[in-house]
Amino acid sequence: MSRRTLVIVGVFVVLGLATLSSALYTVSETEQVIVTQFGQPMGEAVTQAGLHVKMPFAQEANVFDKRWLEWNGNANQVPTRDKKYIGVETYARWRIANPLLFFQRLRDERRAQSRLDDIIDGETRNVIASHDLIEVVRTTNRAFEKGEEAEDIMEAESMRQIELGRDKITRLILGRVSQVVPDYGIELVDVQIQRVNYIESVQAKVFDRMISERKRIADRHRSEGQGKSAEVRGKKERELKVIESEAYRKTQDIQGRGDAEATAIYAEAYNRNRELYRFLKTMETYHSTIDKDSWLVLSTSTDVFRYLQSQTAASGGKAAAPTR
Amino acid sequence: MASQGVGFDPEEFSRLARETGVRLRKARKPLIIVGLVIVAFVALYGSYYQVEPDEVGLVTRFGRFVRTCNPGPHAKFPFGIEQVQKVPVQRQLKQEFGFRTARADIQSSFHKDEKTEAESVMLTGDLNVATVEWIVQYKISDPYKYLFRMRDVEETFRLMTEACMRTVVGDHSVTELLTVGREAIAAKAKELLSNMCKLYDNGISVQQLILQDVDPPEPVRPSFNAVNQAIQERERAINEAWAEYNQEIPRARGLAEQKIQAAEGYAIDRVNRAKGDAQRFNALEEQYRKSPEVTRTRIYLETLAAVLPTAGKKLIFDEKAKGILPMFPLGPTQEVKP
Repeated sequence: MSRRTLVIVGVFVVLGLATLSSALYTVSETEQVIVTQFGQPMGEAVTQAGLHVKMPFAQEANVFDKRWLEWNGNANQVPTRDKKYIGVETYARWRIANPLLFFQRLRDERRAQSRLDDIIDGETRNVIASHDLIEVVRTTNRAFEKGEEAEDIMEAESMRQIELGRDKITRLILGRVSQVVPDYGIELVDVQIQRVNYIESVQAKVFDRMISERKRIADRHRSEGQGKSAEVRGKKERELKVIESEAYRKTQDIQGRGDAEATAIYAEAYNRNRELYRFLKTMETYHSTIDKDSWLVLSTSTDVFRYLQSQTAASGGKAAAPTR
Repeated sequence: MASQGVGFDPEEFSRLARETGVRLRKARKPLIIVGLVIVAFVALYGSYYQVEPDEVGLVTRFGRFVRTCNPGPHAKFPFGIEQVQKVPVQRQLKQEFGFRTARADIQSSFHKDEKTEAESVMLTGDLNVATVEWIVQYKISDPYKYLFRMRDVEETFRLMTEACMRTVVGDHSVTELLTVGREAIAAKAKELLSNMCKLYDNGISVQQLILQDVDPPEPVRPSFNAVNQAIQERERAINEAWAEYNQEIPRARGLAEQKIQAAEGYAIDRVNRAKGDAQRFNALEEQYRKSPEVTRTRIYLETLAAVLPTAGKKLIFDEKAKGILPMFPLGPTQEVKP
């Protein structure tokens, strides 16, 4: 083998390798490829992963991602329909559904991102601005579980029923964006509102409101405490009165009954001999009415002294009542 | 995409190597042999790989997925023909929201900054603000989808979690969030997130979602504490009132019972006395009936005998001697003692 043939062989080998490497290209699981010939797209996209062949040198493989791709929105300051300034952060996931169209309209992902910025941000603003804040925050009309505070303390606004809710609003944005992006070969798979926050100046006001709301709740608790304790005291007073009066009624009743029974017993006994009763009771009265300060002026004609005058005079009128 | 199952064939590989070796030996260039040894070494090194116990390996040939490998030692085509991506499917992965564990230890230390703060601040359903910290634990349930379906799955999963949590918190009042609703909120958010993972088909399965610190925002915190204080005060006031009630009512009941018992005693006393008096009277009357005259006189005189000595002054006059009365000295006198 001469030196010359060796060089020729060498050149052919190098040329052959170069051709081979230009004719072969790999497509990974995450990629799809548009083959262009002198810049002109040739047919449909290659989406099957693996080793592929193209015409060397004249054709070029343009690789695009096949996966779901990111799009993260910036915090947009948007006024809602009820004039609340909020910062809304959205995120979206999209994919290159039609690589050919994508390639023709946008060429690369960077341009796609900037187009998506315009479209999604714009639609987000539109949708948010035409709805009240509560629609963006809440999803359903579920009633809040009432904890310690009463309903009337809450802002009337936050108790309002919603028409759409967060979920439907994001579907609205998704729907609107989805009408536009297929023109770019893009499919928008999802849009979500990631964060909703008050802007700084509004937030301060919200904090003030929260503080005053809590203060109202605290005041309510306190006055409720006073009210309840007064209620308990009142109950106590009432029960005391009930107990005392009940006791009074019962004692009077019992005593009355005792008196009545005693009276009946006395009456029954004394009725058997009224005269004797009167006599005995009178005698008893003497015992209790006459003491050392009493003056007794007694005539000799009274029964007891009758005999002072005459021993015989005692024969008549003895049945008469004693001196009163 | 299904695995083609085309395995690595070592026999074919060694035959190729042998033939190349023979051809080059004919060139009789020792340098080339040295080079060949190096190439062979690189090829051997590049065809060996190991999958750790908590991972699986996904092999792609020319970019195309061909097979999944379980833990253990494996061989593949070298020189980038086949490539392996290892996915930790057994490992429980975790993402933190609103804080980061700076150092996990017996006493872990946490780290917070503006970025984590932005993650945790959210609006509640009653348009208040709260800061919520939480963690999500998840596993990779489908490594193929996890690797090839989405670019940056982890970051997307973060965003999904944030969106889900805010959606759920947005449907609860701040009071619910801070007190009774915690568990329900965590459960609801987990459910929502699981559904979203299914929808996104990202090969992730959510294991747990746990709420950590949930607080009102810093400037508002004192007023929330004031509410708790007011609740305590309320309870105390009510308890005090009940204490008074419990002190006084049983006592009053006792006193009432005492009065009633006393009244009953009085009644029994009256009746018994009446009965006694009546019995006495009846007994007396029975005897009196037998000889009223004598008994009467006896009682009369006995009474006078008992009574007369007790009287301070006694004046006994004869009705016929009427002149005495005007001379009767009025006013106190000491001359006569009873």
